[in-house]
Amino acid sequence: MTPGYDLKRVDFIFQDESDWKEILQKSLGRPSAELINELISSELKGRGGAGFPTGFKWKLAADELNPIKYIICNADEGEPGTFKDREILTKVPMKVLTAMAICGYVVGSHEAYIYLRGEYFFLQPALNKAIQEFQATCQELNFDFRINLFMGAGAYICGEETALFESMEGKRGEPRNKPPYPTSFGYLGKPTVINNVETLAHTYTIFKYGAKRFYDLGVQYSRGSKLFSVSGDTPKPGIYELELGMSLLDFVHDFGDGDTKAVQVGGASGFLVPQKRFAETTIGFQGKLTGISLPTGGSMMLFNSSRSMYNVLDNYLEFFREESCGQCTPCRVGCQQLLNGIKAVKRGEKNALYLDKLLRLTETMQYTAKCGLGQSVANSFSSIVENFREEMIY
Amino acid sequence: MTTKIKITINEKQIEVAEGSSIVDAAVCAGVIIPTLCFHKDLCVAGNCRVCVVEIAGQKRLSAACATPCEEGMEILTNSLKVRNARKQIIELLLSEHNADCTLCYKNGNCELQKLASDYKIMTQDFIQLAPLRKYQIDHYSPSMIKDDSKCIRCQRCVRTCAEIQGVSALTAAYKGDRMKIATFFEKPMNDVVCTNCGQCINHCPTGALVERNYIEEVWDALANKDKFVIVQTAPAVRVGLGEELGFEPGTRVTGKMVAALKRLGFDAVMDTDFSADLTIMEEGSELLMRLKKVLVDHDPNVKLPLATSCSPAWIKYIEHMYPDYLDHLSTCKSPQQMFGALVKTYYAKHFNLNPENIVSVSIMPCTAKKFEANRPEMHDSGYRDVDYVLTTRELAIMIKQAGIDFLKLDDRSFDQIMGASTGAGVIFGATGGVMEAALRTAYELVTGREVPFENLNIMPVRGMEGVREASILIENPLPDWSFLEGIELKCAVAHGLVNVKSLMDSIVSGESQYHFIEIMACPGGCLGGGGQPIPTNPEIRRKRALAIYAEDQGMPLRKSHQNPEILKIYSEFLTEPLGEVSHHLLHTHYTPRERF
Amino acid sequence: MVAVLELIDNLAGQYGRDRSSLLPILQGVVKQENYLSEYAMIEIARALNLPAAEVYGTATFYSFLEYKKMGKYLIRICKTITCSMKGKNQVLMAIEDMLKIKVGETTPDGMFSLLQTNCLGFCHMAPAMLINFDVYTDLTPEKVREILSGYLNKKGGADDTRI
Repeated sequence: MTPGYDLKRVDFIFQDESDWKEILQKSLGRPSAELINELISSELKGRGGAGFPTGFKWKLAADELNPIKYIICNADEGEPGTFKDREILTKVPMKVLTAMAICGYVVGSHEAYIYLRGEYFFLQPALNKAIQEFQATCQELNFDFRINLFMGAGAYICGEETALFESMEGKRGEPRNKPPYPTSFGYLGKPTVINNVETLAHTYTIFKYGAKRFYDLGVQYSRGSKLFSVSGDTPKPGIYELELGMSLLDFVHDFGDGDTKAVQVGGASGFLVPQKRFAETTIGFQGKLTGISLPTGGSMMLFNSSRSMYNVLDNYLEFFREESCGQCTPCRVGCQQLLNGIKAVKRGEKNALYLDKLLRLTETMQYTAKCGLGQSVANSFSSIVENFREEMIY
Repeated sequence: MTTKIKITINEKQIEVAEGSSIVDAAVCAGVIIPTLCFHKDLCVAGNCRVCVVEIAGQKRLSAACATPCEEGMEILTNSLKVRNARKQIIELLLSEHNADCTLCYKNGNCELQKLASDYKIMTQDFIQLAPLRKYQIDHYSPSMIKDDSKCIRCQRCVRTCAEIQGVSALTAAYKGDRMKIATFFEKPMNDVVCTNCGQCINHCPTGALVERNYIEEVWDALANKDKFVIVQTAPAVRVGLGEELGFEPGTRVTGKMVAALKRLGFDAVMDTDFSADLTIMEEGSELLMRLKKVLVDHDPNVKLPLATSCSPAWIKYIEHMYPDYLDHLSTCKSPQQMFGALVKTYYAKHFNLNPENIVSVSIMPCTAKKFEANRPEMHDSGYRDVDYVLTTRELAIMIKQAGIDFLKLDDRSFDQIMGASTGAGVIFGATGGVMEAALRTAYELVTGREVPFENLNIMPVRGMEGVREASILIENPLPDWSFLEGIELKCAVAHGLVNVKSLMDSIVSGESQYHFIEIMACPGGCLGGGGQPIPTNPEIRRKRALAIYAEDQGMPLRKSHQNPEILKIYSEFLTEPLGEVSHHLLHTHYTPRERF
Repeated sequence: MVAVLELIDNLAGQYGRDRSSLLPILQGVVKQENYLSEYAMIEIARALNLPAAEVYGTATFYSFLEYKKMGKYLIRICKTITCSMKGKNQVLMAIEDMLKIKVGETTPDGMFSLLQTNCLGFCHMAPAMLINFDVYTDLTPEKVREILSGYLNKKGGADDTRI
């Protein structure tokens, strides 16, 4: 490893939140256009993985004329290797609630929901208590805003925003066709802002310190900091807030166990980066940067040389085979074919060239699946098979 | 006035209405985009992904059915990228599908098979997934068979059952690889709220949902020298059958159909239109009797509106959904079952046949009729009144199997007796037809004059509007009916059970007050029935309806009570409408069922 | 604990009878009953005026809405990548060994059911499992035996209330 190591720890998200009332009051006293501009100039992008500019999202919803609008906090954190949102909701829930309320103020909404994944059921009592306290303050401030907690029930796909709406509407969590987009036609058909937990927490930072403090972190196209959920073969698994734009090599230097063979960036739907590509890979949103830039919802899984990449891929594919919503052909059947395919190659029932057919299939899945998750489920397959083909065969 | 926008499809610039989908826009450009989950009767799902197209500037492909056109959009429907992806999607669907095409009932009329053929899928490299699942075929229903191994999860059936019928007997269940179309707790179709309407069959692109066919049983009967095999044909069959045999939708093939049935070897070819006329006599009388009991006797046990009872899917629907309203149903059996009961009594007596040796077959546009014939109460002749019910599609299969060149057949006429009919019987096949036929007769019975509509055509009850209303003012009735003087007879017509639901709810809430309602379970009435040729869509149903009304217009007699055979059967056998024999043979009762 | 019918009525009263109340009501029934019986689904359909098939279709979509009878303590062990890497199989074997059931089965006394589940979000403390809604992390065969012993003792003891 080269000593060009330059990984910047940041401490915004988990900073003390006791000033939340002040931030709320201050923000509610500012014109909403000003708040939107603050967000836009911060260049904050969604931290759930898709990376849509948050300020624009709020603006789109604010511009809608419908008198009923919803704010939804997406806490259906289901991507394997991701656990940061739970930590935020445990440690600084008031930041998230405050950000939701400010968002409600900006776009003109009085009703908000937190969609919490069913696996985090145990968070419910504490979160309800926080909501109660928050509601009381809203009343004191004469701000008409209600926050409800909605529990998921064990479906990875509900992290996809339109699937989440369907789920809240009491239906199967099947993603919708887009357009229309949530900001015009979301929950119950009303304009809806749906933001990831972490995204909301970052807006708190921005409203507290101003856009510049946030913008000054990170690199072009990837401003600010981000929480990373670090797991796998690492001596220090956990949650870390780091500046965006870091090189994967630096990351591995800090978090690896000295024997890191590959890193899965972005969870099971993300990409596997082999050691030889660590140096040229940066972590951030895609832009016109040189080299490879990988966006992530924050999941960083490290694998050392003792790990079989076949087993890793097999595990991911089994996950997707079960967690695909099952409505669209490329995702439902594609996941089954990829999983059965690598098993058949491993057993020698199909020859190695079959992997090439499956790689072509991953392209089709990426181009034609109905939702963002369906389009990305094959990422792990292509990146693992391309880099560790020999492990797939023998 | 809709705004027009300019788009380009395969380098051809066209103008389309803003908001139209790429699939629709392509038609204007003379381009056909293949589809599977898309159906004109249903909302857009966008889940099969067969219709993907390339839009300039976008890396990903878009589903043409679910993507609205935008100004300046440049669309490629046949680029290399599109073709490769589409072909792979078809391969994926085939890998999940039990593709034993030669053993499939839908062989030759399967949309997936056609796509596989169009795209020349000659090899199957993907692993066959269907054998890995332990699918069980649901063949417990007398009406239909559900074979999950042939299902491609397009959810057309689910949408049909919810959007057209408002029943939702079928749902998408589970997720991921286990996602499948299921009933409640995967019970057999005949154990759930399914009405047997067969609309799911009409909308299924593959062989996953098909009618339970009785073709071999009928062939066996025809080959049996000891059996006298009688066939009756429903009104809507004559305007649909041609579609299966080389004619355009909307072609009337009544004479050819009769000729073909004779060639198949049926001993007597008769017409359900006859018993449709009979239904009018009985049901019309029942309506007048109920009006009298309500208006004059103020009998609280007699219910209005009177609801028609011809549509067996409607009957099962109301038994499940509005079991407290069964008293509103006419006690008249459907024309099929009236016919069946008479074949083994009146007809047998007339020709001195032993009813035991009669095999009674009906050709119906309907799958629910199979269930109806199978009801335990339908044995009033002392035998099973109707032995086998074939759909229009099954008849077409038999005609093809027999090697009959249908196009070249000369027209033949129905046999006597029970073969004569009027235009009123014919229009039973279209939504509003029973109402129109009943009004033609009832009005005349009451006033002695023809209904006050030009050419007897009661236009307000015709058309494809989901629920239609009409009213007729009764003036100067005959002395027997003086209590009806000044009464405005209020009627409503509904077709497609989702529309029926809204009509029924308005009756239940007391918001609407009708005297008489006509209900048909299927969109367009029987002409759009679950046993009619596939495909179906609003345009095809409209053409069939035109054919029905043309058939009516061409009949010498157009009022049920003028049918000479009807007069004859009352004088020789039934004595009078609602009489004792009628009561025994032509009327029935209903069974409340669970809604959930 | 109240009868299912009463429970459904209470839940419908609490959450409302719109379709958007379906998930909370299903969850409420599962919380008490540990699964959704045919009867419960029919009554929920009736309470919300929904087709029973749609209730079934929706419930079966969600892994945490069991529609088969489950034991009083439902063990869900995470099988996703990090937990698998960190010894999930050994833990699973220890559980199977101790309770004498395989994945998907329930103990004859109806106390424990064992299932595998997808990522629980405790990858940094792998392997992890849920028993009903309680989380247990950093599992080892020894640790899981200890945890289960606790439940077994509770089962025998006076405190037999639901978690």
